[in-house]
Amino acid sequence: MTTECPAPHHEDDVVLLGHGAGGRLTAELLDTLVLPSLAGQEGPLEDAALLPGHPDLVVSTDSFVVHPLFFPGGDIGSLAVHGTVNDLAMRGAWPLALSVALIVEEGLPLPELRSVLQSLGKAAREAGVPVITGDTKVVDRGAVDKVFINTTGIGRRHPALRPSAALARPGDAVLLSGPIGLHGITVLSTREGLGFETGIASDSRPLHRLVRALAPLGAHVHTLRDPTRGGLAAALNEIARAARAAVEIDESALPVPEAVASACDLLGLDPLTVANEGCLVAFVGSAAADQALSALRTLPEGRSATRIGEVLPQGPGGRVTVRTLVGARRVVDMPLGEQLPRIC
Amino acid sequence: MKYLDEYRDPALARRLLAELRRTATRPWRIMEVCGGQTHTLVRQGIDELLPAGIRMIHGPGCPVCVTPLETLDRAMAIAARPGVVLTSFGDMLRVPGTDTDLLSLRARGADVRVVYTPMDAVRIARERPEREVVFLAVGFETTAPANAMAVLHAARLGLANFSMLVSHVLVPPAMTALLDDPDCEVQAFLAAGHVCAVMGWDQYEPIAARWRVPVVVTGFEPLDLLEGILMAVTQLEQGRFEVENQYVRAVRRQGNTEAQDAVRTVFRVTDRAWRGLGTLPASGLELTEAYERFDAAHRFDVGGLRPAEDPECIAGAVLTGARLPTDCTAYGTRCTPRRPLGAPMVSAEGTCAAFHAAGRTKEASLP
Repeated sequence: MTTECPAPHHEDDVVLLGHGAGGRLTAELLDTLVLPSLAGQEGPLEDAALLPGHPDLVVSTDSFVVHPLFFPGGDIGSLAVHGTVNDLAMRGAWPLALSVALIVEEGLPLPELRSVLQSLGKAAREAGVPVITGDTKVVDRGAVDKVFINTTGIGRRHPALRPSAALARPGDAVLLSGPIGLHGITVLSTREGLGFETGIASDSRPLHRLVRALAPLGAHVHTLRDPTRGGLAAALNEIARAARAAVEIDESALPVPEAVASACDLLGLDPLTVANEGCLVAFVGSAAADQALSALRTLPEGRSATRIGEVLPQGPGGRVTVRTLVGARRVVDMPLGEQLPRIC
Repeated sequence: MKYLDEYRDPALARRLLAELRRTATRPWRIMEVCGGQTHTLVRQGIDELLPAGIRMIHGPGCPVCVTPLETLDRAMAIAARPGVVLTSFGDMLRVPGTDTDLLSLRARGADVRVVYTPMDAVRIARERPEREVVFLAVGFETTAPANAMAVLHAARLGLANFSMLVSHVLVPPAMTALLDDPDCEVQAFLAAGHVCAVMGWDQYEPIAARWRVPVVVTGFEPLDLLEGILMAVTQLEQGRFEVENQYVRAVRRQGNTEAQDAVRTVFRVTDRAWRGLGTLPASGLELTEAYERFDAAHRFDVGGLRPAEDPECIAGAVLTGARLPTDCTAYGTRCTPRRPLGAPMVSAEGTCAAFHAAGRTKEASLP
């Protein structure tokens, strides 16, 4: 029996958009090209890394290429702050400082750039994190699309919080801090002029205060993730794999806003794979689950926090399943690749 | 009213399943024609909750899947030409042709764009008069009216740089082709609700009568499907073979006559090749003479195409319901959504992709 692909249908010597979509193609690119070139990294890839030699400090970097620059509920400037603040928070850290690097396309109207930066500054102030260094480059027309932004953040971990994707364990409650799908559908709809964006807005917001609210629960908080690119499906699959856990969620418990549900139905998308920028998933020891929910609900950004599932006491590790509305069980797979245009 | 919640109510679903168990005294085999219905059945796991003897056979109703390889290769040859903008629905971009797919072509510099309606393609043609804008028009009777409207609109605007590569197919001829096959196991059909919303259901009455098969016009939500299956089983148990309408909230007997008029103005019925099924007489639509100038197949001479199917792929047998995706030696190994060998592994409505997304394996269903 041959193990080769009998038909060379796909040309894998070029980068596809799907390689940047946060799903299986991205993982493939990291595993086969990026990490080997960097002398490899052991253990699960987390949203933020521990700074070697400084166990309390974490660092994270993220680049933002969203199109369009402005959308209901946010813009590329505020998103660049929230994205990095949230990546730090998912390692249990409070943000200490940010850097901001801009790559600007020649010809971008200054008022547009000003709006983006004013929004970025406002978001940083509201998050309580100073921007302490930065860089600006301008490139030829067409070399980037208007403006791309990179932010890097440093954060300090809450003393008792040591969340990691590998720490999810059997019996854990899976909590979700807010509704899913709003960011991805809002950006897609705004970009393509589909009209759904009139009723909804991106959920882009900082999540570090939610994480601080969980800090008193300390070691009961096993895992934190913000389900951005690839949506909840990608985040849960990453956790299930890193912890070798069997994760099961309940479809009827999933908070999918009506506009997101109808847009997904019309466009053939799965709300589980649509990007979010303002909610987090927490895997919490079952004894502390109610307390964690109450803590999340004390803040406006966690008001609709809810329990969506659990880590099964036994079952195949690395698998995510959903109890469907009619009571059957289905695997939730890692999304493949490009589902939506650039959304972050 | 909450969005569609009443068609997804778990308690009602359990009640319908219980009634189905009471009604079914014998094994029955029912085909859902439409890929959208397959998607809901598999996604919700409805087929696994049915009484043991009731088997769903997944039909050929995925437009992406039945688009012939030759059409795909033609679309790719056209897209590779300088000055062309090739537009289509997102699903079509990953379908493997003989040598490549449209996404890979795009990564190599071809201007391939996803649109959400054919009118977007007309708009691009209007905005970019120096480019040739081609819309790859696939689909059943459901998408034909919008495509017809796009052609009418382009004609009104006098656009000379807009054309369509048409690969439209019709449901009833596919059903009769399946029923004519001596190995056909189908005892009842769930007809596709959206197709009937456009075309009505009178064209299914002769089919039900001639082959003595119940046909239930059915919607796409979990409860629609359960109710449609229950109505089909009830007919089978009672020895009836009628056309019934489960999808009353969307479908009238005569359909949408305005939409039908637009389709008749722009398209005429023709023989059409179906991927996996072969050429079926009077089973597709092509542009009428009056609108032939919008036919991309005429406008672009791409020379001789040599379409070649992957020898391992059993898409044809899957599309006719003769085999399950899990019967294929390549399923989940050499053929995955990442590297599809055949079209049913690409579209969410494709049976293989629906099985794969739901984690179905060769061994058994989930515990």
